[in-house]
Amino acid sequence: MSASLAAPPSRMRRRWRRYGLAWLGGGIVMAWFLVAALAPWIAPYPPNAVDVTQRLLSPSPAHWLGTDILGRDVFSRLLHGARISLLAGFTVVLLGAAFGTAIGILAAWLRGWGEEALMRLTDLVLCFPPIILALALAAALGIGTTNTVIAMLVVWWPKYARLARSLALVQRSQEYVEAATVLGLPQRRILFRHILPNTFGPIAVLCTLDLGIAILTFAGLSFLGLGVVPPMAEWGSMVSEGRELVEQWWIATFPGLAILTVVIGFNFVGDGLRDWLDPKAQR
Amino acid sequence: MPSYIALRLVSAVVMALLASLVIFLISHFVPGDPVLAQLGDILASDPAVVAEWRAKWGLDLPLWERYGIFLSGLLHGDLGTSIATRRPVLEDIVQFAPATVELATISFVMALALGIPLGIAAAVRRDSWVDAVARVVSLVGVSAPTFWLAFIMLAVFYGWLGWAPGPGRVDPIAFPPEGPTGFLLIDTALIADWEGFADALAHLILPAIVLAAATLGLITRTTRAAMLDCLQQDYVRVARAKGLMERVVILRHALRNALVPVVTLGGLAYANLLTGAVMTETIFAWPGLGRYTFRSAAALDFPAIMGITLVVSATYLLVNLLVDISYAVLDPRVRR
Amino acid sequence: MTAILDVRDLVTVFHTDAGPVRAVDGVSFTVGAGETLGIVGESGSGKSVTAQSIMRLLDPPARIEGGQVLFQGRDVLAMTTRELTDWRGAGAAMVFQDSLTGLNPVLTILRQVSEHVVAHGRMDIAGARRHGIELLRSMGVASPERAATSFPHQFSGGMRQRVMLAIGMANDPVLLIADEPTTALDVTVQAQILDLMAGLNQKHGTAIVLISHDLGVIGSLCRRIAVMYAGEVVETGPTAEVLDDPRHPYAWALAHAVPRLDAPLAARLPGVEGMPPDPLAMPRGCRFAPRCRFRIARCEAEHPPLAEIGPGRAVRCWVTMDGGRLPSPALPAAAAAPRAADTEPPLLEAEGLVKTFRLPRKGIFAPHETVHAVNGVSLHLMRGESLGIVGESGCGKSTLARLITRLHAPDAGSIRFQGKDITALGGEALRALRLQMQMVFQDPYASLNPRMRVDQILLEPLLVHGHAKPQERVAALLDMVGLNPAWGTRFPHEFSGGQRQRISIARALALNPALIVADEPVSALDVNVQAQVLNLMLELRERLGLSYLFIAHDLAVVRAFCDRVAVMYLGRLVEEASAAELFARPAHPYTVSLLSAVPEPGRSRIILHGEPPSSLRQLQGCAFRQRCPVARPVCAESPPLIEVAAGHSVLCHAPWSLQRA
Repeated sequence: MSASLAAPPSRMRRRWRRYGLAWLGGGIVMAWFLVAALAPWIAPYPPNAVDVTQRLLSPSPAHWLGTDILGRDVFSRLLHGARISLLAGFTVVLLGAAFGTAIGILAAWLRGWGEEALMRLTDLVLCFPPIILALALAAALGIGTTNTVIAMLVVWWPKYARLARSLALVQRSQEYVEAATVLGLPQRRILFRHILPNTFGPIAVLCTLDLGIAILTFAGLSFLGLGVVPPMAEWGSMVSEGRELVEQWWIATFPGLAILTVVIGFNFVGDGLRDWLDPKAQR
Repeated sequence: MPSYIALRLVSAVVMALLASLVIFLISHFVPGDPVLAQLGDILASDPAVVAEWRAKWGLDLPLWERYGIFLSGLLHGDLGTSIATRRPVLEDIVQFAPATVELATISFVMALALGIPLGIAAAVRRDSWVDAVARVVSLVGVSAPTFWLAFIMLAVFYGWLGWAPGPGRVDPIAFPPEGPTGFLLIDTALIADWEGFADALAHLILPAIVLAAATLGLITRTTRAAMLDCLQQDYVRVARAKGLMERVVILRHALRNALVPVVTLGGLAYANLLTGAVMTETIFAWPGLGRYTFRSAAALDFPAIMGITLVVSATYLLVNLLVDISYAVLDPRVRR
Repeated sequence: MTAILDVRDLVTVFHTDAGPVRAVDGVSFTVGAGETLGIVGESGSGKSVTAQSIMRLLDPPARIEGGQVLFQGRDVLAMTTRELTDWRGAGAAMVFQDSLTGLNPVLTILRQVSEHVVAHGRMDIAGARRHGIELLRSMGVASPERAATSFPHQFSGGMRQRVMLAIGMANDPVLLIADEPTTALDVTVQAQILDLMAGLNQKHGTAIVLISHDLGVIGSLCRRIAVMYAGEVVETGPTAEVLDDPRHPYAWALAHAVPRLDAPLAARLPGVEGMPPDPLAMPRGCRFAPRCRFRIARCEAEHPPLAEIGPGRAVRCWVTMDGGRLPSPALPAAAAAPRAADTEPPLLEAEGLVKTFRLPRKGIFAPHETVHAVNGVSLHLMRGESLGIVGESGCGKSTLARLITRLHAPDAGSIRFQGKDITALGGEALRALRLQMQMVFQDPYASLNPRMRVDQILLEPLLVHGHAKPQERVAALLDMVGLNPAWGTRFPHEFSGGQRQRISIARALALNPALIVADEPVSALDVNVQAQVLNLMLELRERLGLSYLFIAHDLAVVRAFCDRVAVMYLGRLVEEASAAELFARPAHPYTVSLLSAVPEPGRSRIILHGEPPSSLRQLQGCAFRQRCPVARPVCAESPPLIEVAAGHSVLCHAPWSLQRA
């Protein structure tokens, strides 16, 4: 209240405060992308090379992050695990967002019974706790990355459908859409050239924040034994393999840290993107 | 308001019916015939035996009739039989539920009691150290995988420092009382078994903190964002212009409004607790529903998974119904 | 008269990313006990920031960096937090513009009216509640006991503003600062609120600082006025003197740019071209110099001080500083618009248009409620004519515009355009109609797609309808509406509100239409910009032979712009006549009250009570009878449409029964 008499922070500081973390997050995410792309070349050992003579070694110059119960190099498996995590996360979010957005915009465009039916379908999926439903579906479909991704997709799209519908409804009632109608533009053109591009920003923000959640969820399902078929290296299943080895803490700790950093990275980017797109933040 | 609640109730019942249909359909389109899986290879090669089994389980009836049987079974509490434990799924769930409810309740209360004040303080003192703490807490809370956090906590506080007792609900050598509630804290207190009470509490603390982390992060983040939004509203300026104390402005004017989105979060927070419980209980060897879920998933015990999904979805619907109702209590604009 | 508020050299700075903006830059004024001061200026002039600085209500990045605010001798800027809370809401109170966001949605009205009476230790809770109900009653809130337990969303805008005033007056403050208190309200409700505030000033001796962009509002309430421009006070003095004989060129422009009901009509509205200076790069000399038509060499070199030019009058201008006056504007006489011969068939003809909207159900068993937006409207428009539709919010005028342009389909009635029935047109035929009939919208921010460049916006209809030389046409259009054709590559957000409205007009003109339906095209703009846009529309009409259907709530604007005017109330046209006739001899009691409600200095008003009834119910008889000061039993029957003079028709049982005060 009396803050109006306080000293103002410098311009540089405020800029950094607003977007610095976003750049940091972007850096983290980019670094993991590089790791995922280059894993076969930068990993010191093949990820599935079993060597029982070398089992449960603690971190050392030979094995930076130690070895697991089968003597596999944790560091190499960690690098390879980035591939599957990022791939699964991106697939789920991009496909889920595309499908959900299409449904939402279709609903907003159809109005009437079509809208009602689509939105009730959305509500139906949303009335299950997402991860439990994904778990049930993944269990029904069977172990494996593709099946788990499909199961996640089923629970993933509804939030995009809701968001896209509400955004499209807002845009639809805007005067520029009325103007486009009065100008005699075809309906399809209004939908694709006017309404769709204007719903893009908030959906992009949700996607970015969601990437972290998707990676986290996939790791969780893998931890439960559903995401990947052993011996494939995956962060969640690596933690699962090390979960009872408290003495050999490195087996479970490092893959978990990897998940944490990726998720934090996407969070920073998403928050920054949201601030950047928010007109209120531009002063 | 009564008509609003009636509307919510009716739609919840409709949704519950539809949800049961979805679960029924999932369980009937499983690739791999559950009957064959139960019969084993030798019996399954005899068509007569298979047909008998099919008739016994009603699998030769048309789909809608089977749904009718499934539904009436549900209403009588029949969730099928677990393959792994060879017991009715409902019995398993009833046995394991109290441990999870006890853990989840403590965690939820912790998350609320810490998250809301922290979120408020962070919004009011924006960009201060409190805000920094709140942001780190919420960031780690929503970003850290619960199964990993559980492992780290156990490794540090039990394995390394030795401050906390090991996994499990009680000491391996202890004999906890059987009933009447199944909540160890209450049951021990009822018979004045303070040693048992302390033991149960000590075992509860670490997993409760782990389970609370994700919810805490969510609540802190939402409270902070909602408070920041409300503090910028005109009515807050009006309240200040009235000459109200800043404390009153924040608690009476801003917080009342900020609680609306926080309550809306309820359903999400509950779903969070559920998934968190699966991970936490697995690491801490907590004999609850979460570990049961993990074991069922790992063993692909399909009837058990479906039973859990049904029960959990039903509670989820109920929680969301309560959220809708409290939403109307908090925000007069929702009442009609 | 001792000053209760003495503001000296107040400086408030916004520390933005682009650099510091001195939103309030050395503002000084005093307010005596029981005095009324109006602060007028366009958006961005710093008037609201001044008010909030006085109350110390600003949050970072705004910061008060200089000056003093003396309230009864105590410096508000030096008060401790504790002293500040004791003073606010007791010594001085503030009323804000937007009563919807200004009232807390989750607290009862009574709580909000009485809580600070308790907080300031004036009364106990029970006493404060009784006091609160009395306050609501004295502010004219209907059935205050019931209102007290209601929540803000259950109230209309006018009622909420009464509640805001009750909150402000709860502790009987010495000073009430009102920031645009009537801007969001309809003119008849605005008149009620202004009347109420004048009453508070007289009865309680409360000094009032009224902040508004509307000279009429200030002129009807305030004895003294301060005109602000670009963060500075440029002229102060008694309101009547400043309005009659403004000495600062900006005040001069402001006083003449506002269309007034009692001023002679001209072909163009006088106004200032250009825009306020960039707050990040203020001119070195006089801040108004770049737009000033009276500027001299000194103006651009030296910054003028606020100099005393008479008792209580001061002006910040090198030209008039030593007592010089500014000339009255020379106005070109109103030229007769090119009109089609009366024998020609009308361009547009609507018969008995009806439109209802179904609201979503409130409960499972609740019936659908229906909004009766337009209830049987008939009108015609000749080629080259402009017809104004005036009415308060919710009267159905925007729906009518959307029926005519076929954005909505009417439930009943017919529309003929260029001799062709377009009521049920669809598909390709409807798209072909769009070539001839276009629309300009109200909100300059929402009516342009934010993701398209200006040239794309203009190009799109040309391409879709297959124009031969689209690129040349775009350049010509921009030039036609007074924008630099090179700006086509910019995005809408790079333009000001007035410029955007020009783009909107250019887009409407792209297809060479015969008719433009303009839905409140200037109501979101500052007065000066309003004059610029209206002048452009007048000029285009002469050059291109356009016809306008002009929807507005501002009577003076309609008078300046239209040939013929129709007054709309609750979905019906209640009176229609030529503009000159309607404003000179209004016949319907609603028209009379509406005209009288327009705030203009020195005029007494007929205060219309209540607010328009809900359009959810179909009323029997005359729709206006509940508010009509001269209603009689016969009004329960549907009124006839009487032609009281040639081309002047009234929907009333007793035309001319209410006379102007």
